Amino acid sequence: MDELLQISDFGLSWLDASGGFADIVLSTRVRIARNLQGHAFGPRARVSDREAVLRQVRLTAEKVPTLEGATVAELPKLDGRTRRILLERRLASRELLGDPNTGPARATAVVLAARDPVSVMVNEEDHLRLQGLASGLQLKEVWHLVDRLDEELGQDLSYAYHHEFGFLTSCPTNVGTGVRASVLMHLPGLVLTKEINKVLQGLSQVGLTFRGLYGEGSEVVGNFFQVSNQTTLGRTEEDLVEHLDRTVRQVIQFESQARQVLLRDAAQVTEDKIWRALGLLTYARSLSFEELMNLLSGVRLGVGLKLLPNLRVYTLNKLMIFTQAAHLEQAAGRDLSSAESDAHRAAYVRRILATEGAVEPNEESEAPEGPSVR
Amino acid sequence: MDTKKVCDKCGSGEAVVHLTQINDNEMSTYHLCETCAAAKGLETAGHQVNVPLGDFLAQIGDEPDRAEAGHEAEACSFCGLTFSGFRETGRLGCPHCYTTFESYLKGLLRRVHGSTQHVGKIYLSPDPTRTELQERLERLRRKLRGAVEHEDFERAAEIRDRIRAIEPPGVNPPVKSST
Repeated sequence: MDELLQISDFGLSWLDASGGFADIVLSTRVRIARNLQGHAFGPRARVSDREAVLRQVRLTAEKVPTLEGATVAELPKLDGRTRRILLERRLASRELLGDPNTGPARATAVVLAARDPVSVMVNEEDHLRLQGLASGLQLKEVWHLVDRLDEELGQDLSYAYHHEFGFLTSCPTNVGTGVRASVLMHLPGLVLTKEINKVLQGLSQVGLTFRGLYGEGSEVVGNFFQVSNQTTLGRTEEDLVEHLDRTVRQVIQFESQARQVLLRDAAQVTEDKIWRALGLLTYARSLSFEELMNLLSGVRLGVGLKLLPNLRVYTLNKLMIFTQAAHLEQAAGRDLSSAESDAHRAAYVRRILATEGAVEPNEESEAPEGPSVR
Repeated sequence: MDTKKVCDKCGSGEAVVHLTQINDNEMSTYHLCETCAAAKGLETAGHQVNVPLGDFLAQIGDEPDRAEAGHEAEACSFCGLTFSGFRETGRLGCPHCYTTFESYLKGLLRRVHGSTQHVGKIYLSPDPTRTELQERLERLRRKLRGAVEHEDFERAAEIRDRIRAIEPPGVNPPVKSST
């Protein structure tokens, strides 16, 4: 962990809410799947294959400008908590962490760049999973960062490539470009106005898909949706990224409109929901992660509607990341039971809100029939 | 979910497309039958519904004789993955599997991606052929033009460096004096 703590970014730069539409779009992620010639893919790779892949990646990483000063963290050498922190920061996948009882497979690793918010998972389902993660909506910018890393690595590593199918991957759903671009969106307006299903259906009609916060197979909590491209073959990378960008901008518009509808048609209910959420967060003594996410969703809506001017999106982002189980254990310096975890979570939220989200008492709305929207 | 609705336009067909439009802050929803939706230029869900690959492969299993005829006995000579092994996990074993199961995969990729032809980045192996080099140069030049058109000069400079790095030094062969 000490080694990882020295990395300035360590997967957290997106929290600063500096990207476009940061109140609706939390983060943009682009990943590229690549495999090396001459070795079986992840699930069928022997230990010797995995070790050879990691060795080649280490050698190449030393020559590549984007990875100058990068940290190569081998998962089997990290303690369990640090591995879970990598997962909670979306730098490692559940699959890379392996079975909770047996731990990660041999030669699994994460390469964390020192300057740019890019990283590489080694020996996951594919030999390499390059990823870039940034705040707000920044699809083109993140694509360029990851594309550059891919170009640099590809000059030295022999990628598995087919004249017709393109870059070869373990799963045929990733073949071709190997690119999966995804945008993490907060869509409470569409959920509350019950328009969300139509939007999600619309996404599937234009070749996009959605998942929960932690990617494949994870549930949607707190109205957070990860929207990404469904297909990877038959279109250029730029096309895929632009198409997602255009569609996400439309969804942002729909969400903004839905929020206005809420304010217009259900102002009292909406405002009450937001303040109740803030009240619970400010005073609760025990919070499960799921409850926290739902309350944060309400408060985030309040910030987006400018009803809670003293709270910053950065604070809300931070509350999402540092209240996850492994992060709380890291702060406490010990393992926590589920009940202890809920208490530590509530305490952390109270402390951060007290210092960064002070609510002034003179903010009551005076007119009984309508909210004070500033 | 809603109960079955009748098409707003023709009033007879069952509404299968639900179109939400926002004009001047007013959100309105139209329910259209397939025919009226098609007339409006809207497509129904159809082929790109989100299903995990395992389910997808299982569905294909409904017509095994056509899609799988002749594949059952195949196994990859490099990693040993059998066709049934692939069917179980939905994962291929190694790059060579794509050649072993090529004819079956073409059908699968067409159904999953709507295409079998990669049109994205062209990879240059450390020992590229002349054609590979040419294709890649052309693609990079297209990208360069795009970046310049969008006035993204930082990106353009980066692409130009990539072009220079792979352009053989003798692209413009030195003019020999013929005297």
